[in-house]
Amino acid sequence: MSRLKVLAAMSGGVDSAVAAARAAEAGHDVTGVHLALSRNPASYRSGARGCCTIEDSNDARRAADMIGIPFYVWDMSDRFHEDVVEDFMAEYAAGRTPNPCLRCNEKIKFAAVLDRARALGFDAVATGHYATTRTGADGLVELHRAGDHAKDQSYVLGVLTQEQLAHSLFPLGDTPKPEVRAEAARRGLLVADKPDSHDICFVADGDNAGWLKEKLGERQPNTSGEFVTEAGEVVGTHEGTVAFTIGQRRGLHLGRPAPDGKPRFVLDIEPVSGTVTVGPREHLAVDGLTGIRPLWAGTLPQRGVSLECTVQLRAHGDEHRALLLVDEDGDGVDLTLLDPAFGIAPGQAAVIYDGTRVVGSATISATRRTAA
Amino acid sequence: MAPATDRRDSPDRVVYLDHAATTPMVPAALEAMTAHLSSVGNASSLHGSGRRARRVVEESREMIAAVLDCRPGEVVFTSGGTESDNLALKGIAWSRRQADPARVRILASAVEHHAVLDPLHWLHEESGFEVSLIEVDAEGRVRLEHLRELIEADPDSVAVVSVMWANNEVGTVQPVAEVVGLCETYGIPVHSDAVQAVGAVPVAFAGVGLDALTVTGHKVGGPFGVGALIARRDLAITALVHGGGQERDIRSGTIDVPAIAAFAAAVELAVKSQAEYAERIGALRDALVAGVREVVPDVVLNGDPVHRLPGNAHFSFPGCEGDALLMLLDAQGIECSTGSACSAGVPQPSHVLIAMGRSDELARASLRFSLGHSSTAADVDAVVRAIGPCVERARMATLR
Repeated sequence: MSRLKVLAAMSGGVDSAVAAARAAEAGHDVTGVHLALSRNPASYRSGARGCCTIEDSNDARRAADMIGIPFYVWDMSDRFHEDVVEDFMAEYAAGRTPNPCLRCNEKIKFAAVLDRARALGFDAVATGHYATTRTGADGLVELHRAGDHAKDQSYVLGVLTQEQLAHSLFPLGDTPKPEVRAEAARRGLLVADKPDSHDICFVADGDNAGWLKEKLGERQPNTSGEFVTEAGEVVGTHEGTVAFTIGQRRGLHLGRPAPDGKPRFVLDIEPVSGTVTVGPREHLAVDGLTGIRPLWAGTLPQRGVSLECTVQLRAHGDEHRALLLVDEDGDGVDLTLLDPAFGIAPGQAAVIYDGTRVVGSATISATRRTAA
Repeated sequence: MAPATDRRDSPDRVVYLDHAATTPMVPAALEAMTAHLSSVGNASSLHGSGRRARRVVEESREMIAAVLDCRPGEVVFTSGGTESDNLALKGIAWSRRQADPARVRILASAVEHHAVLDPLHWLHEESGFEVSLIEVDAEGRVRLEHLRELIEADPDSVAVVSVMWANNEVGTVQPVAEVVGLCETYGIPVHSDAVQAVGAVPVAFAGVGLDALTVTGHKVGGPFGVGALIARRDLAITALVHGGGQERDIRSGTIDVPAIAAFAAAVELAVKSQAEYAERIGALRDALVAGVREVVPDVVLNGDPVHRLPGNAHFSFPGCEGDALLMLLDAQGIECSTGSACSAGVPQPSHVLIAMGRSDELARASLRFSLGHSSTAADVDAVVRAIGPCVERARMATLR
């Protein structure tokens, strides 16, 4: 392997620290960069940005010290706010369910950061994602699932194009998480037993609904509305549709149980009228969907022809067998699901696989419910 | 596993041009420090060891007084510049207001260091003072006319005025004597933060009639963690740190004898060699500016071309981001600064450049090279050789 100038994105967590260490050990010329993404106004010095991530930034810095690589902090907070946070708010306001991690990979880590890195003379960006790449017979870089399916993060990388993949390194590849932690400990990295992050990074306490209500404020499409059944019966009221996502069961606070005693789920969200339709789980079943803004990891699939594939519809979600049909003009896709999926919301990403290989992705624009 | 060493940090490759952040200790200071580190004796103790320690402290006080034009009794040892600034601003503001409750205003230049601005912000938020910032011109010199206006709006309400001797970012030397002249008429005490000025330009406490002056060890070739507030004896200062009352009852804490001995050695050497230093380092700096201008014709030199610290070269490179340039130069072992940084390491647009009327964009495009006693012509050559390709590359990174 040739020696590359590598920019290792270091979040302050164990995965990116080990990824950076491995890249350095492989002989690459590695520089660690922590991305300051937040501009939390509650940081200790008003007006200062990125300061709320001091803890993570310090963890990343100490990891870089131990690995023996230079370390810098890049302020990406404006771009992150514009491209990820604003999009997240706008999508929820429109009644959709976005995935900000994919958005961040698409617009920040493998776009703004990779572009800046390449302009500054770096050959590649390395991250702590669990996924593997290999060069295919056609010479293109293929993105594959990590062997450890539970930790596999190829889903959130489904937005990467060939150009981006060709300049990305995922040094963790197939390694199981416990091994990564053990390796971190062996390397003397203090983040070895730092807990995994699960929630959306900019929603500090994990309370999505509360965060959205506060940040959107007057920009909320509604601040009250009704829960109705599919038959149109009003079964309760709520304080704004941004608190809900399709497939949600918890936090509906419906006073009366359904006549059949079964739990009720959010089936549909109508942001203009503020109506949230609820019903039984089986009515969430989806057997097809359409997607917009397709992004392809390699060669574009043939258009206008039905292709067998599998599709994953949420992070750590199941794989569904499906038939992929790409529009004649290439800007939309249709997926027929051969086994039904539940709780699929517009705005989520559909990542398309051929075996373990990522073919591409699209943003779900509409779903087709299985005829009840 | 032992910590690895940053491959790029091998000292023989480093071109260190960040002396305004901190400068290497001079041998005289290192000798003074090590000589006293192994001696026992609390300078406040009454026995022989205590007296010997006290003697070192008092001799140090006298050395500093002799070269900074003050009396030994006016030297209050502190932990450094930030503590001295806090003590001066809070201590003087509080005692002046206590003497006359009408004194609720504090005036300071808009280009002060955070060690001045943040205590003032705190005094406003938590202690009810009104803070007004004195405007500066495009070169970063305080506008004396504006200071006059601010004072004359209500002279009796001004508790204290603070104007730094020289700016840490752009190197502009302030008209401190004129500031004192203006304030004297109204009996308003003046404090000046001189951490960047001592050893670089002539600094005379009594000569300009100051009431309080901040100086620190590590900017003049002394150790970290030691400095002094020079303050007139007849100026009442409320204590911030209470305890044994070691330093004139306004600063408590066991006296750090080795650090103070080293600090005094460094200050003495810096002031005594100031004229030679200014000539030699000024010439190197001029060569650096000329060399950079030749390679990057549209570079902007910030700060006052005449009233300027000899070691300071502060540029804006249009179309670049300062932090990208810093990183590219650092990769070649050339160390400089973008100016102020917050604790997470994110560069902020400098309040100094903004006060000088620069755009946010030009402020972010800036880089400070600061030369010091160990700088050489080879350092200058290294920058001139490296800067062209780095600027070109950084511009490409901005265009994206």
